[in-house]
Formats: sequence, structure tokens, C-alpha cells
Amino acid sequence: MQDVQVLDKSAAGPGAPDGPRGVVNRRSLFDRQILRQAAADSVRKLDPRVQIKNPVMFVVLIGTVVTLIESVAHPSVFTWLVTVWLALTVLFANFAEAMAEGRGKAQADTLRRTRTETDARRLAADGTEERVAAGDLTTGDVVVCQAGDVIPSDGEIIEGAASVDESAITGESAPTIRESGGDRSAVTGGTRVLSDRIVVRITAEPGQTFLDRMIRLVEGAKRQKTPNEIALAILLAALTIIFIPVVVTLQPMASFFGTQVSVVILIALLVCLIPTTIGALLSAIGIAGMDRLVQRNVLAMSGRAVEAAGDVQTLLLDKTGTITLGNRMASAFHPVGDHDEADLAEAAQLASLADETPEGRSIVVLAKERCGLRERDLGPSHTFVPFTATTRMSGLDIADRCIRKGAADAVKRWVGEQGGTLPPELDPIVERVAKAGATPLVVADGPKVLGVIELKDVVKQGIAERFAELRAIGIRTVMITGDNPLTAAAIAQEAGVDDYLAEATPDRKMQLIKAEQEGGKLVAMTGDGTNDAPALAQADVGVAMNTGTTAAKEAGNMVDLDSNPTKLIEIVEIGKQLLITRGALTTFSIANDIAKYFAIIPALFLTTFPQLHAYNIMGLHSPTSAVLSAVIFNALVIVALIPLALRGVRFRATGATAILRRNVLIYGVGGLIVPFIGIKLIDLILTALHAY
Amino acid sequence: MAFAWTIVVMVVVLGLCWRFLGSYMVAVYEGRSRWLTWLERPIYRALRVSPESEQTWQRYAASVVGFTAVALLVTYGIFRLQGSLPFNPQHFGAVRADTAWNTSVSFVTNTNWQSYSGETTMSHLSQMGSLAVQNFLSAAVGMAVAIALVRGFTRKGSPTIGNFWVDFVRGTIYVLLPIAFVAAIVFIGQGAVETLAGAAPIHNELNGVSQVLGRGPMASQEVIKQLGTNGGGFFNANGANPLENPTGLTNLLSVLLILCIPVAFTYVFGKMVFSTRQGLAILAVMTVLFAGWLTMAAVAEHQGSPAMAAAGLSDAGIGNMEGKETRFGALSSSLYNVTSTQTSTGSVDSAADSYTPIGGFAMLTGMMLGEVSPGGVGTGLYGILLFAVITVFIGGLMVGRTPEYLGKKIQGKEVKLAALGVLVMPITVLVLTAIAAAIGVGRAGPLNAGPHGFSEILYAYTSQTNNNGSGFGGLSANTPFYNITGTIGLLLGRFGMIIPVLALAGSLAAKKPVAAGLGTFRTDKPMFVGLLTGVVLIVGALTFLPALALGPLVEQVSHGFF
Repeated sequence: MQDVQVLDKSAAGPGAPDGPRGVVNRRSLFDRQILRQAAADSVRKLDPRVQIKNPVMFVVLIGTVVTLIESVAHPSVFTWLVTVWLALTVLFANFAEAMAEGRGKAQADTLRRTRTETDARRLAADGTEERVAAGDLTTGDVVVCQAGDVIPSDGEIIEGAASVDESAITGESAPTIRESGGDRSAVTGGTRVLSDRIVVRITAEPGQTFLDRMIRLVEGAKRQKTPNEIALAILLAALTIIFIPVVVTLQPMASFFGTQVSVVILIALLVCLIPTTIGALLSAIGIAGMDRLVQRNVLAMSGRAVEAAGDVQTLLLDKTGTITLGNRMASAFHPVGDHDEADLAEAAQLASLADETPEGRSIVVLAKERCGLRERDLGPSHTFVPFTATTRMSGLDIADRCIRKGAADAVKRWVGEQGGTLPPELDPIVERVAKAGATPLVVADGPKVLGVIELKDVVKQGIAERFAELRAIGIRTVMITGDNPLTAAAIAQEAGVDDYLAEATPDRKMQLIKAEQEGGKLVAMTGDGTNDAPALAQADVGVAMNTGTTAAKEAGNMVDLDSNPTKLIEIVEIGKQLLITRGALTTFSIANDIAKYFAIIPALFLTTFPQLHAYNIMGLHSPTSAVLSAVIFNALVIVALIPLALRGVRFRATGATAILRRNVLIYGVGGLIVPFIGIKLIDLILTALHAY
Repeated sequence: MAFAWTIVVMVVVLGLCWRFLGSYMVAVYEGRSRWLTWLERPIYRALRVSPESEQTWQRYAASVVGFTAVALLVTYGIFRLQGSLPFNPQHFGAVRADTAWNTSVSFVTNTNWQSYSGETTMSHLSQMGSLAVQNFLSAAVGMAVAIALVRGFTRKGSPTIGNFWVDFVRGTIYVLLPIAFVAAIVFIGQGAVETLAGAAPIHNELNGVSQVLGRGPMASQEVIKQLGTNGGGFFNANGANPLENPTGLTNLLSVLLILCIPVAFTYVFGKMVFSTRQGLAILAVMTVLFAGWLTMAAVAEHQGSPAMAAAGLSDAGIGNMEGKETRFGALSSSLYNVTSTQTSTGSVDSAADSYTPIGGFAMLTGMMLGEVSPGGVGTGLYGILLFAVITVFIGGLMVGRTPEYLGKKIQGKEVKLAALGVLVMPITVLVLTAIAAAIGVGRAGPLNAGPHGFSEILYAYTSQTNNNGSGFGGLSANTPFYNITGTIGLLLGRFGMIIPVLALAGSLAAKKPVAAGLGTFRTDKPMFVGLLTGVVLIVGALTFLPALALGPLVEQVSHGFF
């Protein structure tokens, strides 16, 4: 995951050409198969036991039944048309939900096929192998897997190392290395061993494997309403309850004037007033939000976590891999004494030719860039001196030369042992380089010190802009690093983070999270190691890397299958987008009511009070066409907004005030105006068709 | 021009009240003002309450309800027994049971809906011991509840929201009594009557007519009826009666007395949540709504009525003077009546029934907005804060964060309580109006037929359920049917709001605050003012438009306006 492009927004953004790799083959939002399935499901969902879970749409369903009875009792084209359109309103709502569920269901089906019913080779206590079904494995069982085997369940490698194809889970085809001990020992059931042999201790109970959970998640089987969704559902229920007396009292009130009010028109008024638009789309918005995360290869263990992501005010980001590329790169040669840059570059290149680490290769590249030095064939008479933790140097013995590069104190000691002297300008250069947040490597040829190579932590391209955006939406970024405060400060400044925690230990990380939370802030972090687990659990949003340990994955409330720590930023945006979409459609739904009143109220009492025609400001053709137009608009607007509900309102990284102004303008003011136009247009069409 | 100066004086005086009365009230409710301790302590001893102890919201609510119940029984008892009690110079008998019941409920709920004629029904003891006392106490209850809600926002993880008895006693003796005392002296100085003597027979030598002029302790009651946004006058006649409102100054003073505490409460709110800007935002919403409604009524009344136009009087420039006092004129009367209907006061100085349809519409719909612009003492603040919670919820979602108001997260429970508090009023009004419009005893009430008669019924229940108390006139309300159904409106309107408000206070107080940041929906900005105003208007419009269409709206178009 050292993809330099990953921070480039065009690649990481939702509409990227190569796109985020989904868990399985990506389907378009409006895949024909999903459409067909959703259409069938929307009829199936008419079951009153399903409908009652959504009070708004349940009222519409009851209203439809009433108008149906009325249509049978006193048939007229008008009553039948109203009944049909009310029924369509319910169906459209079901359709929206089924659409949102569709892609998840398709993905779950594909995942199920991955979970092949393979046999596992279980090791008995005496070391003999026995064949058991994968589904029978429980925690503590030990199994053997060889090249070509599908790993039967989640577990930890206790012996051996292997390259594993995890594409079934992550969609990433490049194999990863898994080995016993350390932070890369976890394996996931359903992945395939490509080479070697490993012994795995199972860590999951049957039916509770990662793959099982994943299937349940993408399918939405265990979907629970999130706190904000519950609160909104209450508000919508209140808005439904209030309109029942508003409409029901109209007949007794009208009786004061000796007037009968049409039951069909009353039902039509009720359905138009209650917040059907948001009521119909509410669950679709939630499901689609989770689905958007899955499309980014993030599995949220609960919708609550996604919502919390929108509320996050502090992001803790690991320096390595998130803010910097993860490898230090040679960025300058600083010769000392009477040596020039070319001398230094030549020696540095020689010392690094056999050094296959990214740092070593970056030195070779720099030498070529700065001094035009090509790579050379060293010939047979050379010895490569590898880096060890005790010497803290590496180098090359070639002919009579002993070239070393390494940590300043180690090389200085070595030069001393060789009988050389240290040039006086060495220490100031070393210090200056360190202060700038870079790592100084001293190069010596025997007793002669040639100079210093500056290795810089390269901050990812575009990251500073990203942090500026986060700052604009009120999120503070804190860089976590094991570096010393000096180095940390320099990188923090370059990357543009708001704060940093240097010399971080799991304990200090934990303290930082708690301190932020004490101050009333929600904290998000990523982690992969076992020692990250407590902090992941403590954070409000803890994103565990899929490459991480089982402990980390259990502790976090999200798992990133791509193991890309930068994704935290996208997760926050998806969380916000989810809430904004709900709020915007609620506003739109309520604002629509004003126009509907202007359509229906004059129609309602027109026989008693023809003067009320003055309020027919849309100039609708007749009372029946007015009512019908309002009902049809009310139904069609649901369909029109399905794409918005599934994709989410566009989120822009600006301050709350700007976001609010934009959304109030579009969905509030727009919600006032659009229905006036829509109802008038439908009325014109109905009139032209002589449809009633 | 004079009217423009009236407005200028009003704005200046209310601005001073906002700042100084507001800051005094903060000191009172935070227990820092202590100059009346000598009066306060004995009351706590008599009530057997420890002023340092704190109450949960349930205890607080139980205290409110318990106190109101006791006050109700005492008031009812005095009405029923006044014939055998002192201070009854005109020897009035017991007040009729349903009237006594409706009146007792009306006064303890700070409504002061009066279906009786004061000067021919109530003894001085009933006037002073029941009505005037309840004018003070019911006002102090509303103020206490508002303070409890504000504490909900300021406290952090607290199980309690203050002590009702302390808030109630301090509100009465530190705020209401001193202002009422001073203002009563001014009213008496201007010529308002204050006496314990009974009605006086007068014989006019010039035209030989004899009449009986009602008298009593009027100035004192007049002042608190305005200050406590109660509205119940001494007489059946409205607040233009020269014996209680003798001059233009007292008329303006009445308006200021009505508005001073509700306006100051926005300062109290801001100060207590450590941001006067938050209070200013609320005040801005109240001001926008008030100014809008005042303009609506003043313009309509200034234009005059179709009847005047038919009589060739439209160019006289005096506006619609039917049912108005010539001392005050159309504009000042509109100001008084709009003030009164938007503050849950309900005293009027001109006949609402005689207003133009739009003028009457302004008074009726001013109440339908839920009495939040600026609303009654305390009740206006807690009323608008309920709307603010709903606004913050929708607005907060739109910026992509769990909505929060003053650092407190607005979640399911808060939305539920705020919606309940906001919706009880319209549901009650609509259901009661529908019943009255549909059954015989209800239809017998209104004097007029058609839309105007319907407006009279709608107005009566809107006024009672909003604890306003103003009457549209034209409705024979002193019947068992209207007295009893009205009482339902009075009680639901009062406690259907107070209990959710206190529950909300409890729920908010228990929460730990979240830190504000750039991503937080700001509630001290013009955008919030606009949204909150919009929510108040839309909730009012959506719930009442159909009913209004049968009353004032159809009347309006029938008169050929628009």
C-alpha cells in the first residue's frame, strides 16, 4: 500500500477512473439486475408487518386502503386515479429501499460463493492430521494449510510463513506475506495460500468468522437504526401525528357550514402533508451510506460508527504510511573537508549498490540525478557489509577501500578506530540535518569522512491540502510518531498537521485520546498492531487495518480491507454526507408542504367558499386536477430523489456555515419553489390529456 | 409620527430592560442578589423547603403541578365562598361552579381568560386574594420553568435542574413585586383607581342620568396583569377602560410592562449559557416575528374597513376606528393588541371582533405561532427554545454532524420532548374547535354566522390553549360547554408544554457537553435566526392553514382584498 497516488484526490475520490476496488465486482447503482430484483421486492414489502416499521409510509398504506374502499363504493375516474397514485407512492418508497439493499445483497451472494465448503486438515494433539469440515472448526483448533489450500477459518499463524491471496476479501490481487509472530500473523478464512506451508490456530467460532460478519454487514441483515436515524424517525412520526388531527378535524369544522368534505380529498391532503419524501427514502439513505463504505473497501461494524465518523473532531494519524510515504529518501549530499559532492556521491553510491532497502536505492537514484553516476558492475572482488542493529552501518569492502555509511555516532566511532580524524564541520551539519526533521547518514572511506547524506521523510503529495480541508470542516489532525520531538515538529510543519505526538507509545496515545474525549471531542484513529488495540477500542472511530492483528480488528469498529490509513478522511466524509443527506431531504420534504396547501385547500372547500379560488395561485385547472397533481407530484418526487438518496448529497470541505447556507438554499428554498412548478406542470399535462 | 416616536421609545426602553433587568434577573436566579433575604427566608421556613437542596426534573415538575393544584383549590374555594367572606362591599353571591372552575384554571395557568364580568361577579377578596395573587404566582411559575430549562443547557452531567420553590419565590419577590409596586404608584399617579370601596352611584346633573360606576383595587391589579403577561382585568370592559388605563402614558407603559420581562429573559438565557450572542439570536427571531405581525395589523387597521370606505370615510386618515378608543387611535391600539396576543397576555384595549380581517388574523395567528414572539414571562423563552431544538436538529443534520445546541447533543429523546411540547397546542386547539363547530351547544356560542362565527370559536380555543386569555368577542363563552372544554385547553396548553420542557431540561442537564468547532452549526448567526423564524412560521402555517382557510382567510377574500 505504498501507492504514491493514493492521496491524489482524483484517484482516491469516489469517481476515480480505476475507482476504489469493491469487495466484489463493482456494480453500477442502477444495474439492470438490481432494478429488476428491487421492483419485485417493492411489491413483497407491501406486507403490513414490514410497513408498520415506517410510520409515515404506513399511514399512506392505510390511506390507500381507505380510498380503495371509497373507489369501490363510489367509483369515479378521480377516486381511482388517486388510489392508484397513493399505492404507487408506497411502492416507490419500497422500491427505494430495495434498490439500496440490492447491491449489498448481490455482494453477499458473491461472498457466499467464496465461502466454499472446504475440508480442513486438523492437527490432533499427537500430531496426526484429520479431515474435518471447515464449518466444524472452533477456537483453539490447529490446522495445516499448504499451497493451493483455502484457509478454512480465521486464525493466527503459529508456524511458518506463506504468501496468501486475499483477493476474495480485499479485491487486491497481489499476494501478501503472512508469517508467524509479530503483527502479520493473522489470516482470514476464505483466503488462499499460494506458497509454502503454515500451521494456523483457529480464533473464530463457527458462523462468526470475518467472512460471515462481512456477509451479514453487506446484506444489512443486522442493520440497526443509528441514534440520528432514530431521532429523525421520531421527528417524522411527530410530523405525521400532527397532520392526522389537522386533516381529521376538517370534516367537523366544515360541518359548521353544513359542508361535506370528500374523504378521498382529505386522504390526499394527509398523504401530501406528511413527510413522505424523507419517510420513503430514510432507510435507503442509511443502507446506501453503509454501502458507500463497502465500495471503499471499509467494513463498519455498526451504522453508529459511521455516524460517529461524521462527528469526529480529532483525527489521530500515524506518521509513517499516512502522512509520509513510509520510507526515507535521500534528498541531498553534504560533503565535508576538501571532498566535493561527486566524491561523496561516488562513495555513497558504491556503499548502496548492494543495499536493496528503499533508502539504499534512493541514494543510488540521487547519485545519478546529482552527479550523473551510473550503476556499475562491481566485479567479483567485493564484500557487502550488511546493516546490523549493533554496528548500525552498512557498506562495501572493494579492492582496498572500506566504505561505510550509517548513523553519525556509529560511523564516527568507526573512523576513530581506523585512526582517522573528524572534520570540525561534521557535527554542525549532522545537527542541522537532524533539526530539519531528516536523518543524517555519515559516509566514510576508511579513515576519511566524506560527508553526510540527508535522508528525508517524504511527505505525501497533496496531504497538506487535505489537512487544510479537514481544518476547514473543523477537524483537527494530530500526527502520531515514534520520532523525537525535533524531527516530529519538522515533519508536522511540512505536512500541515495541527499537532503531533512525538515519541509516542501505546500508553501516551491512549492518554491523548482520553484527554481529547474529556474535552468533549470525538476521536478517530487507525491502527494495526496488537498494542494499538486498547486505543482503537477507546477511540470513537477505530479503523483497524486488514493487514493487522486479530486483536486490532476486534478492538476497532471498522476494518479497512485496503489497509490504507489515509482512508480515515474518506470515512469522515461519508459519515457527514449521510447526515447531510437526511437533513437536506427532511428540509425539502417539509418545505414542499406549502405548495401542496395552495393546491389542495382551495379545492377542498371550493363548493362552500368559491372565494377561496383567490388562493389558487398556481391557477390549477379544477379542484380534482389540483388534488391529483399534488398527489402525483408527491409520488414522483420520491422516484426523482432515489439517485440522490443512494449517492448522497455532495459534500464539500467547507465550514459549517457555508455548507448550511448551500443546503438551505438548495433544499429549503428549492423545496419551497420546486413543487409549485412541478404541480403546475402535472396539472397542465393532466388537463391536456383530459385524464379525469 | 407620534406612533413612530412610540416605537422609538419602546425600542430604547426595552433595550435598557434587556440589558439591566436581564442582568438583575441573572443575579436573582443565580442567588447572587440578596437584598430581600429577610423576606425570602421566612417563606422557605413556612414552606419547609431547604433553599440549598436541588431537585431532579421529576421533582421539579411534581412541585409545579402540586403548587398549581393547591393554588387552583384555594382560588376555586374563594370564588365559591365569597358570599360569606369579607371584602365584599356589593354582596356578590358564590360564583357559578363551571365559571368558578374555568376562571380558577384560567388564572393559575397564567391565561386569564374571562368568561364573566368582573365588576358584577367578583368580590374584592376574589379580585385581590385570588385573581391578583395568581397573577403574580402563575407568572413566577412560568419564569421558574424557563430558568430550569436554561440550567439544562448550562449544567454538565447533572442529575438536578435547581429547586422550584427557590426559583418561584425569588421570581415573585425579587422581580415581580418590586416592579409591580413601582408601576402601580405610577398608574395611580396617572389617575387609575385604587380603592377598597365598592361601586359608586353617580348622578349626572346635566343630563339627569344616574349610573353605577364599578370601583375597586384596580391599579395594583392592572399593573401585574401586564407585567406577568396575565391579562385579566378588573372589569368586563377591555383594557381601554379609563379607570384602569387613564392616559396615553399608561397605555404605552402597559405595552412596556408586558414586554420587559419576556425580552429580558433572552439576556438571562444568553448570560447563563455564557454567550449573550445566543440570547441576541433568540431576541432577533422574536423581534422579526413581532415586527412582522405588528406591521400586518397596523397597516390593515390604518387602512380602515370596507364599511368605512362605503361611508366615504376612507380618506379621513384615522383608520378603522370601530371598537377602538379615540384616545389611542388605530395604530396604538394595534400595537397594544398585537403585543398582548404575542405575549400570552390577552388584555386588549380595542375590540378584536371589530378589527379588519387581516388585523384579526394578525391577533389570532400571533397566538397560533405558539406565543414565542416574545411570548409570556418565561413561557415565551421555553417555548421558543423548543422550536430552537427542532431547528438545530434539522440544521445540524444539514451540516453533517450529530446536531447539538449549546454543546448538548440533540438526540431522539430531545427531539421527542421538543416535538411533544410544540405539538400539544395545535392538536388541542384543532380538536376542541372541531368539537365546538360540530355540535349544537358549540354552534350556539358564536354571535355571527359563517366564517366570522367560526373565527370566534377558533379564536376562543386558540387563546385558551395558548394561555393567552384574550377574547375575540362575539362568543357567548360563559356556558358550561365552553367553560369546561376551555378548561381542557387551558390545562393541556399549560402542562402539555411545561412537563416536556422540564423533562427536556433534565435530559440536557444530564449530558456532557461536546466541544464546538468549525464544523458546528452556529446558533448565534443570522442563518440560525432565519431558520428558527422559518421553523416557527412553517409549523404554525402547516398546522393551522386549513382551519384558517375556513375563518379569516375566506373572510379576507370575501371582502375583496388581495
